[in-house]
Amino acid sequence: MNRKAIKGDLDSRIFNAFNIAVLLIVSLVIMIPLWNVIISSLSSGRALAEGGFIFWSKEFSLENYRAVFRDSSIWQAFFISVSKTTLGVITHVFFCAMVGYALSKKHLRGRKLYVVMGVITMFFSGGMIPTYLLIKSLGLLNSFWVYIIPALFSYYDVVILMNFFRNVPDALEESAKIDGAGEWRVFLKIFIPLSMPAMATIALFNGVGQWNDFMTTKLYITDQALYPLQMKLYEVIVQSQTQSMQNIGSVMIETTTKGVQLATIVITTLPIVLMYPLLQRYFISGMMLGAVKE
Amino acid sequence: MAKPIVLPSSGKRPMGERVKEFFADFWRQRELQTMVLPGIIFMIIFCYIPIYGLTIAFKNYTVIDTLSSAPWVGFDNFKIIWSDKYFWDAVVNTLGISFLKLGIGFVIPIILAIMIYEVSLTRFKKFVQTISYMPHFLSWIVLGGMLINWFSTTGLFNQILLDLGLISKPSNILLDPSKYWWIATLSDIWKEAGWGTILYLAIMSKIDPTFYEAAKIDGAGRLRQIWNITLPNMKPIISLNLILTVSGLFGSNLDQTLVLMNTQNREKAEVINSYVYRMGMTQGDFSYATAVGLGVSIVSVILLVIANKVTTKLNDNQSVL
Repeated sequence: MNRKAIKGDLDSRIFNAFNIAVLLIVSLVIMIPLWNVIISSLSSGRALAEGGFIFWSKEFSLENYRAVFRDSSIWQAFFISVSKTTLGVITHVFFCAMVGYALSKKHLRGRKLYVVMGVITMFFSGGMIPTYLLIKSLGLLNSFWVYIIPALFSYYDVVILMNFFRNVPDALEESAKIDGAGEWRVFLKIFIPLSMPAMATIALFNGVGQWNDFMTTKLYITDQALYPLQMKLYEVIVQSQTQSMQNIGSVMIETTTKGVQLATIVITTLPIVLMYPLLQRYFISGMMLGAVKE
Repeated sequence: MAKPIVLPSSGKRPMGERVKEFFADFWRQRELQTMVLPGIIFMIIFCYIPIYGLTIAFKNYTVIDTLSSAPWVGFDNFKIIWSDKYFWDAVVNTLGISFLKLGIGFVIPIILAIMIYEVSLTRFKKFVQTISYMPHFLSWIVLGGMLINWFSTTGLFNQILLDLGLISKPSNILLDPSKYWWIATLSDIWKEAGWGTILYLAIMSKIDPTFYEAAKIDGAGRLRQIWNITLPNMKPIISLNLILTVSGLFGSNLDQTLVLMNTQNREKAEVINSYVYRMGMTQGDFSYATAVGLGVSIVSVILLVIANKVTTKLNDNQSVL
């Protein structure tokens, strides 16, 4: 049923050529700037000061990366990023799955009330300031747990998991219960293993969110020891912005901060890029449940 | 046993009996109930308490107060909004950027999705999708850092313009306030346009291919097929997206603003969100910042209702929400 338009008439061929040409340009518009960042981060300070290259640097050097890694705080930030992402994802997925499992049972008493409470949270929120005041009164300011606890639950993810759990055949649950298994056992031994695709999708999206999150730090953390990579990068950017704005730094200082900034950008993004093939597999096969196909 | 017997609740049975039965069921389901309970507690603490906290918009809350000790001031905080010039500047910027995003950013994913859908070379299609989805996964801080480098006088952007002979002297457009709206809009499109095609592609893949076969036999060209088959099939999802976009007109991207705003472009870069952030978090005027945030959310809900009404009319009286 594929519309093999290649063999089509002249009109169709012109259409195809035009279509492919435009899409190629779109791809280049995305790829060239990204390539340029990588190349720039691998350039020497002199080449960066001169600038003016698009595809290939005038002088390659690892000095930017050396400068970044010499600073021990980048390792600290990396450690915070990794631990908040792994711990955050595991607890979030487990918490949402647990609530979603209970809510997937139609006979659950009080279910209607719980669902209404959940739906309201999808549309209304207290906003920045009331949430800040809550976090403050809970004593979560400048605590690592502010990355984990407020991110435990999302009703949206609960709904996705709840719908997935509904598709698990009842017979499996019933036979397990006849053998004397309780709800926890059924949940852990039957539902969780059978729902791995849905849980992986949520885990990956939540993981990207955790890794990329910067507002939580900006709002609730002032202790530098708790800064993740994103905040570290933000600091580097703000620093070099003010420096170049005040024009206090000599050309040399300005370019080293630029190099450090570029190298930090690449380091911050690398884990996402490495995860990208996995992400792609899951957001296509998992999220859309096979909807994006040719 | 697995499932408790749920009696059809009839109005005839006395209240006490029904309550008793409810608690009996509840006790029988205690395992399930303990699984849902943490979620309920979470929602009460992290969602409903902040919603209750919105009341500080009607109070004069200072750092030394507790939520209950702060004195009520009625609508005083809202009255200040009317005469707050900086707030209205932020509204103009928010709407300016939002309308640019709506005008350009809304259409591009649709066109892009149709173009990707029309590609019959599977490999090339996969390639374009892989590339165009990627920027979505960059954080705004990362992209902001990249933009600062691309737009610097020695950066990529100036070099391309110089090579093309479009400018003779490099300049940093991030320091030019008059260009900020465009930078905010186009960088957002660069990041999210590819990702925005996913939903459209999912809908298009469900269109019955026989429609296209029939159109071809009737002599319809490719553009005609897109116009008469693909687009009408996407009408509901496009309407849905339009409603959501319109209701978000007063919303703005705080991450993007915080990283791209500098002392030079602030007058054009300050949006409502960043203004709330500045008033509340930097200047500590919690009550006023909350009032601004609440006022804007109420306007957004009104917009959502209006947009839903309008698209319902356009969609033969069927709501897409």
